[in-house]
Parts: sequence; structure tokens; C-alpha cells
Amino acid sequence: METIERAVDTSHMKVSDEVAIQISQMNKWYGQFHVLRDINLTVNRGERIVICGPSGSGKSTLIRCINRLEEHQSGQIVVDGTELTSDLKNIDKVRSEVGMVFQHFNLFPHLTILENCTLAPIWVRKVPKAEAEETAMHFLRKVKIPEQANKYPGQLSGGQQQRVAIARSLCMKPRIMLFDEPTSALDPEMIKEVLDTMISLAEEGMTMLCVTHEMGFAQAVANRVVFMDQGQIVEQNTPREFFNNPQSERTKLFLSQILGH
Amino acid sequence: MSETGTQTVRFVRDTMLPEAAPPASQSGAVKWLRENLFSGWLNTILTILGALVLFQILRGLVPWFAHSVWNAQTLGECRQIIAETWGEGARGACLAVVRDRWTQWTFGFYPAHLYWRPVLALVLLFAALAPILFSAVPRRLMAFSALFPFVGYWLLWGGTIWTPVVALAGFVVGYAVWRGMAKRNALAAVLLAVAAALVWWLFLAGPVERALAGVAPLALESVRSSSFGGFVLALTIGVSAISLSLPLGIMLALGRQSDMFLIKTLSVCFIEFIRGVPLITLLFTASLLLNYFLPPGTNFDIILRVIIMVTLFAAAYIAEVIRGGLAALPRGQYEAADALGLDYFQAQRLIVLPQALKISIPGIVSTFIGLFKDTTLVVFVGLLDPLKGITDAVRASTDWKGIYWEPYIFVGFIFFLFCFGMSRYSMYLERRLKRDHR
Repeated sequence: METIERAVDTSHMKVSDEVAIQISQMNKWYGQFHVLRDINLTVNRGERIVICGPSGSGKSTLIRCINRLEEHQSGQIVVDGTELTSDLKNIDKVRSEVGMVFQHFNLFPHLTILENCTLAPIWVRKVPKAEAEETAMHFLRKVKIPEQANKYPGQLSGGQQQRVAIARSLCMKPRIMLFDEPTSALDPEMIKEVLDTMISLAEEGMTMLCVTHEMGFAQAVANRVVFMDQGQIVEQNTPREFFNNPQSERTKLFLSQILGH
Repeated sequence: MSETGTQTVRFVRDTMLPEAAPPASQSGAVKWLRENLFSGWLNTILTILGALVLFQILRGLVPWFAHSVWNAQTLGECRQIIAETWGEGARGACLAVVRDRWTQWTFGFYPAHLYWRPVLALVLLFAALAPILFSAVPRRLMAFSALFPFVGYWLLWGGTIWTPVVALAGFVVGYAVWRGMAKRNALAAVLLAVAAALVWWLFLAGPVERALAGVAPLALESVRSSSFGGFVLALTIGVSAISLSLPLGIMLALGRQSDMFLIKTLSVCFIEFIRGVPLITLLFTASLLLNYFLPPGTNFDIILRVIIMVTLFAAAYIAEVIRGGLAALPRGQYEAADALGLDYFQAQRLIVLPQALKISIPGIVSTFIGLFKDTTLVVFVGLLDPLKGITDAVRASTDWKGIYWEPYIFVGFIFFLFCFGMSRYSMYLERRLKRDHR
């Protein structure tokens, strides 16, 4: 919890009434295993949601369903007005509007930092190369590593790589950002630089869904915390209520385990 | 100083140590010998044994090469020279056979007054390969690389220039159809383009070629496939099969990974069938069986048939090598490409294949080297490969009857040059593409 040092003022971060993501009655199985059970979740534009829960609770699977890296078997997921079905056109449309940051960064090791950032705008958005590079440099400056633009991912530290991954997603000008445990693979010293980047993104009003164990981040930035266990949403509440006054026994146990030491 | 032990528990460094040079390594020949050759009694014995074996081999080889004769017309003359110079019973290499018959090993029975054509084709081949192999060469020269197959064909086989031109026109027809259709439906465009090109080659190419040849009879003296032999034959088959099998192998590897049942099944069946059958079987199929199946009077060139079979054979192996490279890529790479909205072909071309092919370079080049050496197997379908076909012809001549080692050593040496070249190139390529800094 000590990682977040700067006070984050969330008062100006307005949440609009417009719905960004609507998940209703969604179920998913891996073979016989029922990973996600009856998920109902509505995310408004500008909302910052932290999803937490014990490992194996299905939280990563849930956000991976939102850009269909995982397929759901029943129920409905509507992202930005587009329903995710097996229609490839819809999937590509959603994916180009939704940015994703992975636990293991997943940068393309054979391309430079700049090429990593310009690849998708050039090939998916058909942006001219010069313009794509300009945008890429803008976002690299924003994540504070413009000087690394011509290096390869293997030459960067974990924290720097994750910031590049964030910049790479931002270059597609997404309206929603998904974070799948973005700091779990990082050394403690590097977690802060990535969280700072995410906070500044939140301050600009980005709609964010973040699977993380960084409870400090949740308290500082999120306007809703979703707690999952055994493939179900067990509790969701404002961070203040969630941490100070948890309702379910499962939540209390989880909080006592992660905050207890 | 007795309290040092307790003092060191509390320790604060006030100055950081500067970087220092590593200690000068103790070098010297004696140290190297002791570490590498005589580090223990077992290694000492092995070193002495190795030295003895080496000595025995060199004792035979060195005089044999030292006594070699380059100027002689027959084997008898050569042996006589050795006996006169080095005494009765001396052994020596009659490398004069190479000097006397090198044109045959190189060109087979290609007409002597047309030797300039294969030589020019070889020079142009290197020009065509340069932009593909070395990134320093301007990319625009790739256009020539694309044209080279047609130029090379015309130079080697001769005949009217309109044959390769009309064949090339088939690709232009296909491309034009694809360009016209691609906007509307990508898959239909590809299928129609292939269909249009096939219609052109099967039905229109012949009449068009005859008409053009009637109007402008531009032709080189034509050379029959049966006159091909030696390294011209080996290189023709080797280079064609190598350049065709790589794209085919990539397609098969991707097909085998495909989610589409039909494509996956076809790829798996093809790969497993080809890998389960010896190359010679395929070559016999090419030379004998196809004659029974094709309509009588069809003249389907034997070298072309062999190239097709060798290509299919190598493609199956390359597909498996590339599958290894694909499997080595972390899933995250596919997921990142998907998450950015790249479609299947973009993801394969921009993210997956560049990395998978890089991992597969050693395996691919090994397959190519094997393929090039396997071209000598065409001797079994009556083509004159350099190793056995031409060598047998040389040894059957009255001048060189009875010669044994020298031709094989010569042919082996030439093969070694090509294969070693490929091997070094693969190492260069791996170094150049090394970017992960692990």
C-alpha cells in the first residue's frame, strides 16, 4: 500500500452515464470446468474498476473475455455498443477500441520500441508511417521513455517494458484499457513507475479495468472494486466501503490475508 | 583489533567502489596445453591416442597429395610419372583427371559451344540472390530476383524467349485479377486469381506463345534435359527446390497449426506421407509412374518432374522445422497481436513468422544442405549427377579406367564448398538477427 505516494485527487474524474461495457449473464467453461458463472457487470465510460480476488478466481479470464482473447459460451458482452459474437469483423472492431496490457508485457522482441508502438496503427488503422511515429513518440514521452525509442525490448528493464506496453496500447487511441496484473511480474522498485503511469492515465478519464493485487492503487484510483471468487462476483463496492466495511465472509478472509502483514 | 568481529556487524559504506579492471588472465601455451590436453591421466592418454590416429591418417594422405600429378592424359601416364619421379611403389593422386574432365563434371553433356549460358545463369543467380541474402544490397534489386527464374530457365534450356515470357504473363494475369477483386472479397480474389492464371497457362499460353514466336522468332538454341549433367544439374535442381520448398514449407506449417479442420488434415496427411516415404520412391514415381498416368504424348520434362518431387520432399521437412519454431513462440505474442487488432495474416507475417523463422534458421539450412546433397540421387532415374553419373562416365572411358579416389574427392570437395557456404551463411544470419539480448 505504500507504493502510491502521491495523493490522487479523484474528485474531477467524472464518470458519465454512458455505458462502455455491458456484461450480462455471462458464463464460460474450460471443458467441464465452470470458470465464470453468471457474470453481470456494467462499466460506465470513465470508470476505473479494480478486479481482485484469489488466484484461480477467474478475474483474468473475465477481462480477457472483454476483447475475446477468451470465448464465452453463454450470455452477452457488449463493448462500446458492439456485441462480441463469433463474427470476426465485430471482434476486430472491439479489439482496435480496447487496449490491453499483459502481466508479461508481450512486447515484440524482434521490433524496436518505436516499431512496437507504430505497428498496429500502421497496419490496422492505416495511419501514415510519419504520423504513427509522431503519435508513438508522444505516448513514449508520456510514459517517460522517449530516449529508448530505437532500442529493442530485451535491452529495457521490466518496468520500462511495461510502460512501453502501455504506450503501445495507447497508440491505437483506445477508449477502454484492460490491465491484466500489470505489476505482478515486476521487481518492487519498478512497480511504482508503472502505477504512476496508470494513475496519470486514470486522471485523464480513461475507462480502465484492472486486475491487480495493488490495493494501494485500488484505494487511490478506483471508483469501484470488484471481488471475485470461484468464478463469481462476490462483492463490489466503492474502495472505501470495500476495505473498511467488507460484507461477505470470503472478502473479509481475503482482505485479512493480503493486508494482514 | 580484537574487537573487529563485533565492529563489522555495524557497517555503513561511505564511498562506493570504482569499477576496476579484471585481473590479467594468466596465459601462455604451457597453461593452455595443460588445461586442454593434459588435465588428467585419462585426458593425457586420450590426447596421445588422438595424436597417433592423426599421425596415421596424415602419413597416408600427405605423401599421396604431395605426389599428385596434374598434367597427364591418361591414368597410365599419370602412374608412370609418379613412378618415375618418386620411385617404384610410390603412391600419388592423379588429379590430372580433374584437369582433363572438369568440364564434364561441371556441365555434363551440355553442348560445349553453349557453356557460356550456364555460366551466365550462375553469375545472374548470385546477382539475384544478393538482395535476398544481404540486407545491405538495395531492396529494388529484388525485382531482378523475381525475374531471374524466367531468365535462368531461358538461358539453360534455350528455345523461344516467348516460353518464359508467356509463363511470366500468367503471374501478371493472376495479379491483375487479384488487384481488381481484392477490394470486394479477399478470399474470392485469391481463388479467382489462381483460376485465371491456371486457365492462362493451360489453354491460352500455348497458342499465344506460338503466335508471338511466329511474329518475332527470338530464340536461343534449345538444349534437351538429357544433356544436362554434373553440377549444372545439381545446382538447377538444388536452387529451384530450395527456393520453392521454403514458401511451401511455411504454408504447410501454418496449415498444420490452422483451426480449420480441412486445411489442418490435408497438411498433416501431406507432411506425414512425404516424410514416411524415401526420396528415391518419389523420384521413381516422378520418372516412371507419372508416364503411365499422364496422357500419351505428354512431354513433361524429367528435370521439372524431379524438381517438383524434391521440392515436395524438402517442404515436408521444412514444415516440421518451422512448426518447431512456431511452438517455441510464447502464447503472449499471439495474444498481443490479437489484442492490437491485427488480423490472422498480419499477425503471422509481422509478428509470428519473423520470430519463428529466426528460431528455425539452423534447421531450415540443415534441410537445404541435405536437399542439395540429395540431388545426387537423381542418378537413379537416369540423370547424370556429378557424384555417380558423371564419375561413372569418366571411369568408363579408356583413358581413366581404374581411377577411384580422385573423382570422388573432387566432387566431395565441390559439394563441401557449397554446403559449408550455406552453413556459414546461416550462422551469419543468426548473428545478424540476434535481437533478444538474452
